[in-house]
Amino acid sequence: MKHAYTWGAILAVVLTSTTGDVLLSRAMKRVGDVGELWRRAGLLTVAGRILRSPSFLLGIFMMALAFYSLLFALSWADVSLVAPASASLTFVANAIAAKIFLHEHVDHRRWIAALLVAGGVALLAV
Amino acid sequence: MTFRKYLVLAGVTLFAAIGDSLLAHGMQQVGNISLHRLPDIVLTILNPWVALGILFLLGFFAAYMTALSWADLTYVLPATSLGYVLLALIARFLLHEQVSTARWLGIGLISAGVGFVTQGPALTHHPHEDTGEGAPEPVGSRTES
Repeated sequence: MKHAYTWGAILAVVLTSTTGDVLLSRAMKRVGDVGELWRRAGLLTVAGRILRSPSFLLGIFMMALAFYSLLFALSWADVSLVAPASASLTFVANAIAAKIFLHEHVDHRRWIAALLVAGGVALLAV
Repeated sequence: MTFRKYLVLAGVTLFAAIGDSLLAHGMQQVGNISLHRLPDIVLTILNPWVALGILFLLGFFAAYMTALSWADLTYVLPATSLGYVLLALIARFLLHEQVSTARWLGIGLISAGVGFVTQGPALTHHPHEDTGEGAPEPVGSRTES
């Protein structure tokens, strides 16, 4: 039972933080190159455009959910399992989600990178 | 990718690693927070380490959002994962913790992953055109939105 709670919470962390990252990425792509916009229209315009983006706000909300899911997971299992498991699974989930929802060109290079980093993060906990 | 953009990616990496370390250090000073006294969590920002950690994490968030405004998610995430390596190196050389062989292997894998992804283009060019080596700067290539 404890196992089910732990992995359920880890799954929740992975899903919410991936959703959050995808939403934030989408919001920022819509806003466009922040450096350029800042030079052209000033910091207030940049901040206004970001803060008025529904994707951005929803993304922040998902990140908050991810944080609370992480706290929940940590109350069921050790940080040495929860932190690397959720971090490394999130790398892989992000690659899949970015390909499907953001239509990013995830080539061999990026798949290999995501898997190497995911594996590396998992090993750091050993 | 310009030098400035690499600086932003370095900022994402450094701010996250330093912010997390500061928070961890501060929270160890604060001690355990009981679930029954949850409001105490608000008071933890009075600890200077925690406050500084939060400042760094705000810096991380600003840099992360900036990076996402001109680079793909699948580029930014692996490219900034060197923070994990940095944390392990801080643990080994500043905090004098033992770093196991498995951990060094993990550090190697992450570094290899970072090397892989940063060799490629930072931004997908829409619509469906294959981006190769030395793709031009993404300015004006955003045809969606």
